Amino acid sequence: MEAVSQRKARHLPGEEGVWVFILGDMMVFALFFLTFVYYRVDNIPLYSEAQELLNRKLGLLNTMLLLTSSLFVAQAVRVARTGGRQTPMLLGGAIVCGLGFVVVKIVEWGDKISHGITLNTNEFFIFYFMFTGIHLAHVLIGLSVLTWLLVRSRRQQPDPGFLNTLEGGGAFWHLVDLLWVVLFALLYLMK
Amino acid sequence: MALIFRNRITLIWLLLVCATLVSFDSAHIGRGASLQSIATCAVMIVAFLKVRFIGLEFMELRHAPVPLRFAFEGWVLLVCAAILTLYWMGLPR
Repeated sequence: MEAVSQRKARHLPGEEGVWVFILGDMMVFALFFLTFVYYRVDNIPLYSEAQELLNRKLGLLNTMLLLTSSLFVAQAVRVARTGGRQTPMLLGGAIVCGLGFVVVKIVEWGDKISHGITLNTNEFFIFYFMFTGIHLAHVLIGLSVLTWLLVRSRRQQPDPGFLNTLEGGGAFWHLVDLLWVVLFALLYLMK
Repeated sequence: MALIFRNRITLIWLLLVCATLVSFDSAHIGRGASLQSIATCAVMIVAFLKVRFIGLEFMELRHAPVPLRFAFEGWVLLVCAAILTLYWMGLPR
């Protein structure tokens, strides 16, 4: 009886399909992470020198922006569940932080390119531009989803499927956050 | 407004921010190569602990169906272990 009630208490945030996508994406990024460390082993001095050219403080700033953005989204889901009215404002906060991440990334890439550092510079920068580029595409998709959720959350009429969609969209945004946490550690911090 | 943030989710965020700040410079401060290697491993473990917290608390996997939670926690454990193994294999002996 207790097992039955425990099973009932468990809750899948969002649609099943969202989780298939999230887990699939995590597998792809796991391959990226392992490929990077595998190739790094063969040429540690090159990777260490190239890493010194990265701006770690901008990487740190972007980590803080995504963590804070995730905080806003998690609070938005909690508030929506309890019937509060602050969901649009919280989603707005998440979007501002996400846009901040994009601006910092553009500044960072612009600085690299202006110093002649591109995808062709060396193996480290192939990985750097490829991984951060694919991640940035995720950020942009996530920002579009958050904007759509913000518009839906402002509707006066009750929106029956909204909470479920918000949970799924939120889970995708947290995925963007957690993938960056690993990318930051691998690309900027690993010595 | 401040009341919205007075809960467990904000505490988790604070923990994640503190872990980020503490581990930020640790791999770059140590002078000796072996100290840097240990610090790098610590940084990676902290990063995957952060990932786990984001999953369990922000993505709400703590209360998700068991197979989904296991899949997530398995990913965290396996990917972290594989990265650390490859990293140690590459260290000069």
